[in-house]
Amino acid sequence: MSEHRISMTVNGQQHRGLVDGRLMLSDWLREAAGYTGVHVGCEQGVCGACTVIVDGRAVRSCLMLAVQADGCSLTTVEGLAAADGTLHPVQQALKDNHGLQCGFCTPGIVMTLAALRADGARPDEAAMTEAMSGHLCRCTGYQGIRRAIRQLAAEDGTP
Amino acid sequence: MKPAPFDYIRATSIDHACALLAEAGGGAQLLAGGQTLMPLLALRMSQPFILIDIGHLPELQGIAPHGGGLRIGAATRQADALVNPLLAQALPVFVTALAHVGHHQTRNRGTIGGSIALGEPAAEMPATAVALGASMTLRSTRGARTIAADDLYLGPYATAIAPDELLVAIDYPAWPADAVPLFREVARRPGDFALVGLVGALAIADGRIERAGIAWFGMGPTPIRARQAEQALVGQAIDRIDVQAIADLAIADSAPFDDGHASAAYRRSVGRRIFANGLMQALDRRLAA
Repeated sequence: MSEHRISMTVNGQQHRGLVDGRLMLSDWLREAAGYTGVHVGCEQGVCGACTVIVDGRAVRSCLMLAVQADGCSLTTVEGLAAADGTLHPVQQALKDNHGLQCGFCTPGIVMTLAALRADGARPDEAAMTEAMSGHLCRCTGYQGIRRAIRQLAAEDGTP
Repeated sequence: MKPAPFDYIRATSIDHACALLAEAGGGAQLLAGGQTLMPLLALRMSQPFILIDIGHLPELQGIAPHGGGLRIGAATRQADALVNPLLAQALPVFVTALAHVGHHQTRNRGTIGGSIALGEPAAEMPATAVALGASMTLRSTRGARTIAADDLYLGPYATAIAPDELLVAIDYPAWPADAVPLFREVARRPGDFALVGLVGALAIADGRIERAGIAWFGMGPTPIRARQAEQALVGQAIDRIDVQAIADLAIADSAPFDDGHASAAYRRSVGRRIFANGLMQALDRRLAA
């Protein structure tokens, strides 16, 4: 069983740690780094709740070892809103459209949509909806989420 | 921690990974994108002693012209291949199939070679490799060898890749830029494993089919080439093809089984229909063009 020194940037902050080779990134983010907005649902890559952004891409953090993220730059849901509490446009759109209920799946959905819109990219409704196939939501019936996506596309002028 | 204990080693080169594989004598597992392996580790269905990470190796990345066709590095991310202009131009049906692999989030980590080396019988990438006539380059400390996709798949998750071998690259031969693409998939939801699917291409010259490559996925223990259908199609004028008869031949080569998701009879029935409709619509589009 191997141990590894890792170092990564999470939400702009540098983190270091010593991890077992078999520690999942999701568990490290929650338990060692304290980012409990990373929700761990199925722990086998099905539900999408643990989705975070790694080097600009939305990935399931339960399908990645913590040691694999060594040297990477990560964003979790804690890193999206502005310091004054202003929500990220994706968070605001979900809030405006009742795109969440219990909130368990929400951080993952937020991170997928935020990654698609990173660096000024403006995906259309179809691209955002397709990416939602990677998330399970048991409360909303998805219609609020789809409305939020339509609002985002309309705001961006990419319907 | 969910997985059983293992030693994680980040390989520094293909040679390093091969040396580690040889040394481990079958106790090691390669890790590239990990999108299938991680759940197997978490469920302890896979318990390697050593995990050799090759996902980051530059030697295994990239898509480039090679020998008249295209060579895809085994650890090329699915998301990168999906937007690659060379692939879009040379093998559009490959891109169509790739868009059905997993989900956006898993394609961001999953690799082309990982899917091909795994050999899931209902997966798109193995069948696409068979249909298009791809060949695989394997490396080990014993040397390099090339194997045709037709000879790669032995059964569900069973391939001719030896425990000490590493898949380095996949070569896709050239198809004409105007080859007719064939792709159909029936799944319960987008991103789910296919219940039934087919993928392929038809090269057409002077109104006749001169080359056909078609394979089933989800229709047997491995991806299955629709050999009889291919043979029957070659040489035929595209405005005189009996698609129902060709679909019957294609079904004759399939070997579906019952599982919790669908019966073999359902798969044959749906397969026959999507094959006939897919072929007819593809030919109609060409005739109308």
